[in-house]
Amino acid sequence: MTDRDLPVTEDELHAYVDGELAPDRQATVEAWLATHPDDMARVTAWRSLADAIRTRYGAVATEPVPARLSLRQIERAGRSWRGMAAAAAVAAFLVGGLAGWEARSFAAPGAAPAATFTADALDAYKVYVVEVRHPVEVPASEEAHLVQWLSKRVGYQLRIPDLAPVGLKLVGGRLLPGPSGGAAAFFMYEGKSGERFTLYSTRANGPDSSLRYNAVGAVGALYWADRDVAYVVSGEANRDRLNKVAESVYAQLDRPVR
Amino acid sequence: MRTLGNDRVNGFRSGVEAAIPALRRYARALTRDAETADDLVQDTLVRALRSEHLFHGGDVRSWLYTILTNLNRNRLRSLARRPVMTLIGDDDAPDMSGPEAGSRDIERALASLVEDQRAALLLVVLEGLSYREVAEVQGVPVGTVMSRLARARAQIRAFLDGERPALRRVK
Repeated sequence: MTDRDLPVTEDELHAYVDGELAPDRQATVEAWLATHPDDMARVTAWRSLADAIRTRYGAVATEPVPARLSLRQIERAGRSWRGMAAAAAVAAFLVGGLAGWEARSFAAPGAAPAATFTADALDAYKVYVVEVRHPVEVPASEEAHLVQWLSKRVGYQLRIPDLAPVGLKLVGGRLLPGPSGGAAAFFMYEGKSGERFTLYSTRANGPDSSLRYNAVGAVGALYWADRDVAYVVSGEANRDRLNKVAESVYAQLDRPVR
Repeated sequence: MRTLGNDRVNGFRSGVEAAIPALRRYARALTRDAETADDLVQDTLVRALRSEHLFHGGDVRSWLYTILTNLNRNRLRSLARRPVMTLIGDDDAPDMSGPEAGSRDIERALASLVEDQRAALLLVVLEGLSYREVAEVQGVPVGTVMSRLARARAQIRAFLDGERPALRRVK
């Protein structure tokens, strides 16, 4: 019995469609298909499926590549955020800014897992940033108590970043419910012109993600995650300012805290 | 990285750069969401640049597909722990008629696959990888790649025929 006489297997039909068939079986498979309409129908269906997939998604490769995916930008972020992997087991979200934020920019269908935390942080932001008289439970004048209290509640040692170098003063903080039933710490900062930023901090067990930027209207956010660590820095949609604030937060949280 | 500054580094870098459009295409089909897809690509690139020292020659593109495929698997695991997030509107939009209907069908059909089958199918038909390359990307024998392909195609055919989706099997 030669190769030509062997019956055609389903694997060979797939290989035929995918151009993986051994050359010496090509004629055999074609002859087989001519006399086996059911197999021919399958092969035809598989081919049109492949065509449909290529039609639907092929053009993505010809779209302009977004700036955040340029290697230059990724390398720059990598250098200034070096050491992220060593950060403490803290998830902190700095969420703030002026107006116009929409939670669904993060909670979109199939969005990154950071959506869960970020949605919580955004809810808190929306409620408290506009609060004039009672934006915080514990004012900055009781910072030592604030950090001790919130650390105890979230279950790890918090560090409240000093953002004076980037023009922000601590207003105070409060306790919030965190994702999956835990507690979250929430800090608010204010700048010279009254612009507010909030820091939301909780444990995270999501997957890693690199530094990302998101802007909706006048508000932008930088967030990232690394193992149990995730951060979002947000404020006016001014990339340079956000970067400075986020780097300052990162540099301070990165020091060993236990 | 910068201090090395030799041809090997430049070759690696340009290899990564050249692969970005294809990575975006693969990620888009894998996640069916443009924003999530580009997040995945970004994470892949960060990982690749950080792990350059782990790359000892070979096909940069396959290596990048491997990183992206693994990251997406982790992402889905993590989403599975948060059912609320996976339920929001995912693939449940009403059917459209007209020219959009066909592409919508494809998205829904892809969504009906288990992740490893979807990845295998897309790597072969969209990215043009050989069975052997897909086996390396997925870290399984070629035979497993072929059975994933076969199941993916059978599932999609059943889905498009309007049959009850076949029982999902994990392999």
